[in-house]
Amino acid sequence: MNGGHDLGGMHGLGPTHPEPETEEPVFHAEWERRVFALTVAAGFLGKWTIDQSRHARERQHPADYLKHTYYENWLAGLETLLVETGLIDEDELHSGQTTRRFREEDDIRVLKAEAVAVTLAKGGPVTMDLPLEPKFAAGDGVRVCNLNPTGHTRAPRYARGKLGVVEIDHGVHVFADKNAHGTREGQHLYGVRFTARELWGGEACKRDVVHIDLWDDHLEPA
Amino acid sequence: MDEDRHHSHDHTEPPSDLELRVRSLESLMVEKGLVDPEALDALIDIYEHKVGPRNGAKVVAKAWADPEFKQWLLDEPTAAIVSLGYTGRQGEHMKVVENTPKVHNLVVCTLCSCYPWTVLGLPPVWYKSAPYRSRAVIDPRGMLEEFGTEVSKDIELRVWDSTSEMRYLVLPERPPGAEGWSQEQLEQLVTRNSMIGVERARSPSELEG
Repeated sequence: MNGGHDLGGMHGLGPTHPEPETEEPVFHAEWERRVFALTVAAGFLGKWTIDQSRHARERQHPADYLKHTYYENWLAGLETLLVETGLIDEDELHSGQTTRRFREEDDIRVLKAEAVAVTLAKGGPVTMDLPLEPKFAAGDGVRVCNLNPTGHTRAPRYARGKLGVVEIDHGVHVFADKNAHGTREGQHLYGVRFTARELWGGEACKRDVVHIDLWDDHLEPA
Repeated sequence: MDEDRHHSHDHTEPPSDLELRVRSLESLMVEKGLVDPEALDALIDIYEHKVGPRNGAKVVAKAWADPEFKQWLLDEPTAAIVSLGYTGRQGEHMKVVENTPKVHNLVVCTLCSCYPWTVLGLPPVWYKSAPYRSRAVIDPRGMLEEFGTEVSKDIELRVWDSTSEMRYLVLPERPPGAEGWSQEQLEQLVTRNSMIGVERARSPSELEG
């Protein structure tokens, strides 16, 4: 979707004001710690994927998305997913009260403290062992399709319609655009190189390039 | 950042709406049996105290000190990094990009905040911010200036937009003046920012200063 999250190339958002590296805490407030942990823990319930989680954040009104701090966007996304999957209803969310508790027979897979370290260390690889022919090979010229889906996409707006060269085939990865809508499908993922001049015009530095990861469905031969 | 108020634990000021909203959601999720409160504390402890950019610094220092490891790191980054024990979430599919006298690499995620957690921990605020995400691709050299980093125009600047689950780690150039240093000494030259590409590694003289 052409949402408030798709920021590459946007102007007017001001300077970055980085905090000195040695002074920056991991979290800046207790509520940030809690939102982080609630989001990661709830992810292990298995009711949504990481792509659904990203899409829940980016579906906010662009003004809200840009106004919110990072963990406020996480909080908004988490509330959306909890309600949409029926784990929490609107009344519970607003009142903070519940009479409906989940039990083991409800097939709710809760991340237990003793499993945290092992579960994180295992991670969640997204490569798929499927015998799919790649549509492109390293060295191929490609154009990013002019796609403007209202759903989730990982093809950033600034690259659409632009010409690039495939640098590497990363193999078959879960296609994020469909995974965000509940369909787990594998497609070849490619690292594609674009010159800064192709993306931004003649004012850009001649030598500079931007690498973007794109799937089969994002690309057409050029 | 409103840091003082949020960091205060004596609660002399009333909590903000946001704090109340988060507390209410947490107690609701605990009461409904959706999260284990001790698991939340364990998650926070891991990313606040255990998984962070010192992991990446060890990877880079080893690559500087050991040419065979460096080649492995460039050829099979995930396996090489896992061999040092840095494995798991947001580090499943790694790519290491090497800075050289002719190439400078810079990592961004314009669409959200993708970042190699296993080697760098959670991203800093600026990395997740709209200014960085918008400008790193269209004006990377201007962005680098904000970090005090100048990249000459005859050096190719490569920006990596993390749009998939591939996670990018910059292998900074080993600074001159650290010949014969041990891996442990070299680690001190490796900053988090140098592994994102917004700065270069520290020079030995900076370390003394």
